[in-house]
Amino acid sequence: MWNDWFPNIELQELWVATYETFYMTILALAGTFVFGIVLGLLLYLTMKGGIWQNKALNLIVASVVNVFRAIPFIILILLLFPFTDFLIGTIRGPNAALPALIIGSAPFYGRLVEIALKEVDKGVVEAAKAMGAKTRTIIFRVLLPESMPALISGITVTAINLIGYTAMAGVIGAGGLGNYAYFFGFQRHEFDVVFICTVLIVLIVFLFQFIGDYVSTKIDKR
Amino acid sequence: MISIKGLSKTFTTMHNQITAVDDLTLDINEGDIFGVIGYSGAGKSTFVRLLNRLEEPTEGEIVIDQQEITALSSNQLRMTRQEIGMIFQHFNLLWSRTVKANIAFPLEIAGIPKREREERVEELIELVGLTGREKAYPSQLSGGQKQRVGIARALANRPKVLLCDEATSALDPETTNAILDLLVDINEKLGLTIILITHEMHVIRKICKQVAVMENGKIVEQGDVLDVFLRPEQQVTKKFVEQVMGSDEQDDDLEQLFSSSQTGRLLRLHFVGETANQPLISKLAKLFSVDINILQGKITQMQDDAYGTLFVQMDGEPDEMDRAVQYLADETSVEVEVIQHVE
Ligand SMILES: Nc1ncnc2c1ncn2[C@@H]1O[C@H](COP(=O)(O)OP(=O)(O)OP(=O)(O)O)[C@@H](O)[C@H]1O
Ligand SMILES: [Mg+2]
Repeated sequence: MWNDWFPNIELQELWVATYETFYMTILALAGTFVFGIVLGLLLYLTMKGGIWQNKALNLIVASVVNVFRAIPFIILILLLFPFTDFLIGTIRGPNAALPALIIGSAPFYGRLVEIALKEVDKGVVEAAKAMGAKTRTIIFRVLLPESMPALISGITVTAINLIGYTAMAGVIGAGGLGNYAYFFGFQRHEFDVVFICTVLIVLIVFLFQFIGDYVSTKIDKR
Repeated sequence: MISIKGLSKTFTTMHNQITAVDDLTLDINEGDIFGVIGYSGAGKSTFVRLLNRLEEPTEGEIVIDQQEITALSSNQLRMTRQEIGMIFQHFNLLWSRTVKANIAFPLEIAGIPKREREERVEELIELVGLTGREKAYPSQLSGGQKQRVGIARALANRPKVLLCDEATSALDPETTNAILDLLVDINEKLGLTIILITHEMHVIRKICKQVAVMENGKIVEQGDVLDVFLRPEQQVTKKFVEQVMGSDEQDDDLEQLFSSSQTGRLLRLHFVGETANQPLISKLAKLFSVDINILQGKITQMQDDAYGTLFVQMDGEPDEMDRAVQYLADETSVEVEVIQHVE
């Protein structure tokens, strides 16, 4: 039955491709989380009325974020080839996809972080100041914990974008399900492969969405 | 304890300049509960936020407990802020932390070790009457309970001064009373100086010893709460006093009512401190052969004293009535006024 419907599926290769997709998504997500929070914090803290109010820095960060968000991901990968080559030593395989994946999604997530931080009650930040808190304490003990549900739902949205990006990166040789679907399915006209890869990617997206929603609700004590 | 000289704050917005606090000079004694009352926009919040420099003064000097707040570097200011508690109208608790963790937060900021922190938090929870709710999140508490957490948090580092900006304005009357009682309790137990901002005169009446009335960034009237109540000079102050005492405008109706149907005398009894608690009326009826009928009145309690006006109709032999009135005037602190005479 399985062989009638899906004659070209090699379970071993499918497993490797799935593993690579997870690998790229999770590592890129971790990088995006860190860089996105840094960007978001910079935007938030340097804005007008912010703790580090600084018009110039705010403008610079905002411009960088906007520029990188404007570049289509597929072009970003090509653009970053020399940088990737320098950093990773190759432009092929899952590791080589990471810089582009992170640079492609951190600015997007940074904006979501900024929005999440702006939602934090100003009164609570003020209360912390009135208690004599350092800026570091305000960041790590007030701003981030208080915005955590929004940070989590933001990273969930970003993760789903990222899964799409890994598939695109796959088409130009990064590995993963996108790579498998393109080279083994599309180019060899083995459409059962394309189909199975699609199903797997959709399942992975559902999985991330489910986990994200669950965690976000769980930690929301409002 | 707190000495403020020539304090001003001007906000510069795109279109204009607003002087929210205008050349304000004030002294507050240690252990006082000092009320600041004013209408919306008077500059009360700005004033209280200047005290711990949440707002930077444009001009002026603030000295709290011999420390010149206005001269501190930002690092010193952080240390000093740990000794100035503050509570807010909207409580400003961290929703992501439990009651316990919220109260522990200022202790974390002050770098208190975990063990000590836990002991202190327990003490505070008992002090504000939240035993059993330690593990609740703010969203699971009522407004009154949230403010108790706010108070416990403000007291955590044993401050000498407590700043309260409209601390009861989001609460219902009963809860307001409970929170005010707690503040008095804390003031007495810990000898804390409390500065209380409000737009409600009954709050001032209930717990303050001293009051300042603010209008347009200036203090227009100031003094002992009782004095200000009895002899309000400014129009604003009179309005605030009316909030709790009612206005005198109803008197006309009363005289009409009296003249049309009654005999005897209409008296206005003015209670100023003490005596209101004594059974004055029944005493009068026992000592003199007069009938006393209470027509209308309002007596309010101010800390231990009473203040208010009572309209009574007295009937009996003219001589006997004269003696009764004389007795009131001579032997009690009640001010008597004979409004109408019908023989
Ligand atoms: N950050 C600010 N920028 C510009 N103007 C301000 C700022 N904060 C306060 N003001 C102005 O200062 C004046 C006093 O405001 P403040 O909040 O101190 O009044 P308040 O007496 O506390 O009033 P309320 O009872 O409504 O809280 C108002 O006219 C207000 O518009
Ligand atoms: Mg205010």
